[in-house]
Amino acid sequence: MSGGWLRIYAIAYLVFLYAPIFLLPVFAFNDSTIIAFPLDGFTTRWFSDLTTVGALHDAVWNSLVIAVTSAVLATTLGICAARASTRYRFPAKAGIMGLIMLPLVLPEIIVAVSLLVVIVQVLGLPLAQWSVIAAHTLICTPFCIAILNASFSNLDASLEEAAIDLGETRWSTFRLITFPLVMPGIISSLLISFTISLDEFIIAFFLTGAQPTLPVYVWGLLRFPGQIPVVMALGTILVLASILLLTIAEYYRRRGVARAGQSDSGGFL
Amino acid sequence: MTASPRRTLIEARDVVKTYGDFTALEGIDLDIREGEFFSLLGPSGCGKTTLLRTIAGFEDMSAGTVKIDGKDMAGVPPNRRPTNMVFQSYAIFPHLSVGENVGFGLRRSSMSKAEKAKAVEEALAMVGLKGYGNRSAQALSGGQRQRVALARALILKPKVLLLDEPLSALDKKLREQMQVELIKLQRTVGITFILVTHDQEEALVMSDRIAVMFDGRIAQMDDPETLYKHPKTRDVAEFIGVMNFLPATVTATDGRIGVDVAGLGAASLDPGQCAGTISAGDCSVGVRPETMSILFPDDTPRGRVAEGVVDEVVYYGDMTYYDIHLDGADTPVRISMRNLMGRPVLDIRTRTRVAWDERSLVLFP
Repeated sequence: MSGGWLRIYAIAYLVFLYAPIFLLPVFAFNDSTIIAFPLDGFTTRWFSDLTTVGALHDAVWNSLVIAVTSAVLATTLGICAARASTRYRFPAKAGIMGLIMLPLVLPEIIVAVSLLVVIVQVLGLPLAQWSVIAAHTLICTPFCIAILNASFSNLDASLEEAAIDLGETRWSTFRLITFPLVMPGIISSLLISFTISLDEFIIAFFLTGAQPTLPVYVWGLLRFPGQIPVVMALGTILVLASILLLTIAEYYRRRGVARAGQSDSGGFL
Repeated sequence: MTASPRRTLIEARDVVKTYGDFTALEGIDLDIREGEFFSLLGPSGCGKTTLLRTIAGFEDMSAGTVKIDGKDMAGVPPNRRPTNMVFQSYAIFPHLSVGENVGFGLRRSSMSKAEKAKAVEEALAMVGLKGYGNRSAQALSGGQRQRVALARALILKPKVLLLDEPLSALDKKLREQMQVELIKLQRTVGITFILVTHDQEEALVMSDRIAVMFDGRIAQMDDPETLYKHPKTRDVAEFIGVMNFLPATVTATDGRIGVDVAGLGAASLDPGQCAGTISAGDCSVGVRPETMSILFPDDTPRGRVAEGVVDEVVYYGDMTYYDIHLDGADTPVRISMRNLMGRPVLDIRTRTRVAWDERSLVLFP
């Protein structure tokens, strides 16, 4: 029966997708430095180890600063670009939008190498946190525009005109009408760019300088087999944090959709 | 209808609007009086909405001037004009309550909170939505959204209220009800209303004066009765109501106009019945369906009589439309008859007499 095979395929697919992630907490609580079955016993040692590694804390903090900053920058740029592309007609619009969206399909290694050349060779500047932020903003902006374009084009232009007609300025109209109504899109955009920046490795590896981001730091740890359970513990915490973050974002997105009276057309969960 | 001539409130002179190669408005001259219910009527793409948005300040003119209450509006943004607009989509802010929507325009006023709340309550009462203030704007029906949009625009007491096809989203019954309510509302508040519509019936029902627009120009600007009875061009005559056109030949032009009309015969018309300048030769004569009538066998004819054969019958309950093939005419003419008691509905191919009146003919060059 084809239905039976499809069911087996679906289960195999899900196992393939999620089993490695479920292995993270299993080995994070396993009392052995070797990642292998059978398990040796329960421990929270790896988690307490995490709290004592200063370099790890620096890497987490560095990554958070980079992710938050590039998410805010990319979303702000995305709001401007999405509004311009949905509301105004200007010469060479298609070409300009195409150029902005290009980093979406550009291999990250190319972005990383060219930025490295520009920053170090051409500009002669030292690599630091800001160089990673700039690069992450560059790769996140197209995602933000894609998300925000949908929000802005769903927004009836006469809502903005009505507010101006009733005495508001362009800026107060944006604050009172446009911004609240595209808020779900803005939250999605912040969240996606935060996530992209947080787990981005190649660009961060090239441009990071003396302060590694979390993925770069984890990559460094993997050279020492004794540290692998600590990485597992760290991964467990990150998975839980991601699920929590997505749930919160989805809750606000659904509330926003319900408040704006639109029909729910997708989302993360 | 406004009886006495009033002060001009809006004065448009030679307004031109072009988008690239496309000319949306081609030299519009317009005077709209204070307290008038004025309609811009025309088919889609004729420039009526562009003209309305130009008055509101949402569109920049390519040339010309618009004055409101004597003040030149050049460079004045929509939020500084004494106009408010009811949008086609109503543009109700979905994230605000009904009361917050209606009171939106008062945000910048110096009124106290209590005064604002009172103004909102009054505006809602005016449109028949008393007590709706705390409801979600999402929970409203189409008719209620329209009322909220009206209350929101009128709360600022604008000199001019602009309405962009406000009734087109409503079903027929509700539309007719809202037409009457809008007329009453306009009389109560005394504000000048400018309505954009493509529905000629709506324009006739509601307006003191109508400007009929085609291809970016005003073809005719008159009160509804003049527009209906004395259309200045064939386009206007065809757009407003139904008009039959019969080929005719002008035989005399000194004093009264003599014409020979296909299917009706010779007629003598007053020069006032001519749209445009008439010269001897071929022309066409327009006649409205309700100015002709079927003569039943026991009817005594008043006016002139023609004969023909029933080509088609369309029964509407209160009315019947007959398409009659008049003897000597190429195409049938439409005649509308009220279905009075005891009067039969004729069958197709029945031979019948048709009464008509010289005074109801309009001559087009």
